Amino acid sequence: MRRVACNDKTMSNIIGENIKRLYNFLHNASSKTKILMGVGLAVVLETAFLQFHAFTIFWVIIYTFVTLSLLFIVLANIAKKTFSSFAFVLPALIIFSIFYIYPFFKVLQLSHNSWDGISPTMSFVGFANFKEILQDKIWWGAMGNAGYITLIALTFQNILALALALACDRQIKGRNFFRVIFFIPPVLSEVVVGLIWRWIYDGDYGLLNHALVAMGLKDLIRNWLSDPQTALTCVAVIHCWKGFGWGFMILLAGLQTIPRELYEAARVDGANGWQSFRNVTIPLMIPVFVLVAILTILGTMQVFVLILSMTGGGPGYHTEVPVTRILASMQGSSMFGYACAQGLTFGVILMMVSFAQIGISRKLKQA
Amino acid sequence: MLKSKIQNSKSKIKSNLKFPNKLLSYLKFGFCHLFVIWILSFVILLNGCGSQSTTGASQAKAKKISVWHWMTDRDEAFQELAKQYEAKTGIKVVFELYAPSDAYSQKVRASAQAQALPDIFGLLGEKRDFAAFIKAGHIASLTEEMNAEFGEWKNMLFEKALAVNEFKEKNEYGVTAGIYGVPIDVMNIQMLYNKALFKKAGLDPQKPPQDWESFVAACTKLNAAGIQGLVSGWGEVWMIDCLASNFAFNVMGPEKVFATLRGEVPYSDSQWIKVFSLFKEMADKKMLASGIVTMVNKSAEQSFANERAAFAFNGSWCVNVYHGMNPDLDYGVMLPPKINPSNPMYIWGGAGSSFLVNDRSAVKSEAIEFLKWLTAPEQQAFLAEKTRNLPSNKKALAKISALLSDFSKGMENVTHPNVWPVNELPKVIERFDKGIQSVIIGEKTPEQLGEELAKLKADEMAKKK
Repeated sequence: MRRVACNDKTMSNIIGENIKRLYNFLHNASSKTKILMGVGLAVVLETAFLQFHAFTIFWVIIYTFVTLSLLFIVLANIAKKTFSSFAFVLPALIIFSIFYIYPFFKVLQLSHNSWDGISPTMSFVGFANFKEILQDKIWWGAMGNAGYITLIALTFQNILALALALACDRQIKGRNFFRVIFFIPPVLSEVVVGLIWRWIYDGDYGLLNHALVAMGLKDLIRNWLSDPQTALTCVAVIHCWKGFGWGFMILLAGLQTIPRELYEAARVDGANGWQSFRNVTIPLMIPVFVLVAILTILGTMQVFVLILSMTGGGPGYHTEVPVTRILASMQGSSMFGYACAQGLTFGVILMMVSFAQIGISRKLKQA
Repeated sequence: MLKSKIQNSKSKIKSNLKFPNKLLSYLKFGFCHLFVIWILSFVILLNGCGSQSTTGASQAKAKKISVWHWMTDRDEAFQELAKQYEAKTGIKVVFELYAPSDAYSQKVRASAQAQALPDIFGLLGEKRDFAAFIKAGHIASLTEEMNAEFGEWKNMLFEKALAVNEFKEKNEYGVTAGIYGVPIDVMNIQMLYNKALFKKAGLDPQKPPQDWESFVAACTKLNAAGIQGLVSGWGEVWMIDCLASNFAFNVMGPEKVFATLRGEVPYSDSQWIKVFSLFKEMADKKMLASGIVTMVNKSAEQSFANERAAFAFNGSWCVNVYHGMNPDLDYGVMLPPKINPSNPMYIWGGAGSSFLVNDRSAVKSEAIEFLKWLTAPEQQAFLAEKTRNLPSNKKALAKISALLSDFSKGMENVTHPNVWPVNELPKVIERFDKGIQSVIIGEKTPEQLGEELAKLKADEMAKKK
């Protein structure tokens, strides 16, 4: 009995050691190797998927493989080698695999099929959905619209958030009051915000046009959301107004972690306000800037509710974004397979953007 | 020295955390079982197998019928009718409201995938969705019950409302011919005009425009009096689709429209360009309310109810909506203006909302009996009175208001994509509607739109082949 237990322990030690070695190899690999390995794995999985997608056993094997890989990575990471460790991780792993890994595989499966969302059968179409996405000008136009809103959010919204965070970081009167005020827009419902702003932008009875007339700028009045020249920018501005509070809070928290002594030392060395900001604040805030930028990109690219409540994607396709296109494919056209392929493509693009940003931030830190 | 201390403390922690052998063997046993259960659940999930929640034998014993719907304005009346039905038969009917309609639609689809639909439900979607539900075995055929006793049930309902729920022999969807739904009310989409604003602009409120020229003239007069012309929820693109197909049927006749849908006539045809040009003309002559292309129908209804526009393009459900928004609103009903006097002006209409019976329901026959009762003249009159909708039972028409009566006259001219012999492809429909928005905002010319649609249609037809 004791020998069996001993053998068991030796076996788990060996497995544990090998997992740890593999984990270390993966962890310490260069970015180029990681990308190559990732692409290689994706190609192998996709090829296997195309060959064996019709067999349930294939799905069971691939699902088990991915889940167990995850389990091993977790175990190697926390350097646990005993069998009991598996049992501790298992409940969380089951929840994770059902709610994250399973939906991913289902989307992957559907993205290679043509399905109306109701019929009991679906027909396998291989890469046809992805090929169609490449040729879908409206989809890429929607990506462009989301990119435009993101660009405005990255600049206008985050500069505003930083300026307000810098102001609140100083010893000014009522700074707690301002913190609360600046955080009100993010906690408001997006639908409510959208409806209120739609009324403000209204061409006939909107506050904005009334204000412009009162200021003698009658030439500028228009129907802001129905004009293709202004619709997207109007939505982008409201998105920034609604979202700057998050950036403000994170940036303020970041600013407060900078030791005051550094500013005092800079002042002693004769640095003025701008020099302190450039040489003390900015270098120490780079990780926070990266975090805010990643959150802004991920949040803005997925903007949806605001658009639905303000313009519904119109006029024409001028305010369409990827999520509204996915919804249109799924609900409007009953093309579930195509919608899943769009979702997958969008997810991959967002992941690539995030990885690129992390890479850039690392380089900036090293510099 | 420090290293050995750390190692000692680590091994101490390890030994403290060590499990008794028995517990470890239980964990291993549990691990293996959990693993097997997890794999099995994955296989079940992957195959989309679910259990029918409403088909249990216990439900049949309790005689409870569950009904899902999205009609917020009718919920109170439904609850009242459910009470009456329970008092009469002892069968409990539970109406469950899921709104808004988008959320309802998603719920029904998800429940269909899990085979967990209620005994009776409504379906929002196009004919192809309806066909997909039938082919997947979610909807029972009601043909036998409709035709029983010399078609007593069928004959009391509006034929055009039933047609929406009917599949003919050799239909393009491959569905067995028959009737699959019961209309609980009927609707049609027409134009409304504000009589007070007509007077204000010097127009005769008893003579609404009937042809295109008089419609343009009326809008010009209204504009001169500072009143907006037509308002409609064209941010919801299906309403543009509706008016455009009304115009198309009138300009070229139904056969040519169907030929276009079959791919035999291109959208670049001069008569289609004429249809698109009507929207351009309305935009150019400022006959449309400001911001119409991004306006949702609720906003358009508010605009008309608050007398900010003289014309509205809306469905018969608006009688109830306008009554709620402005009970004193004085308005009339008219058909959209004719462009081609030699063709009739067809309008969209038919069943407003229909109820379908779940083919897997344990109380299927009871559900059908309840629908028979719901569409009987007394219940239909009650619904019409409470909800101000047109009843689906012809015998209940005597008790409706003058406005609804005007709407009911339009039933002679109704058509609907769900009764057409052929339907347009989803991508073409979307581009068609969005394209008209582009024409209205001056981004595209009618000719450009015609060419674009012709090319898209040809591409989509080629893909289909």
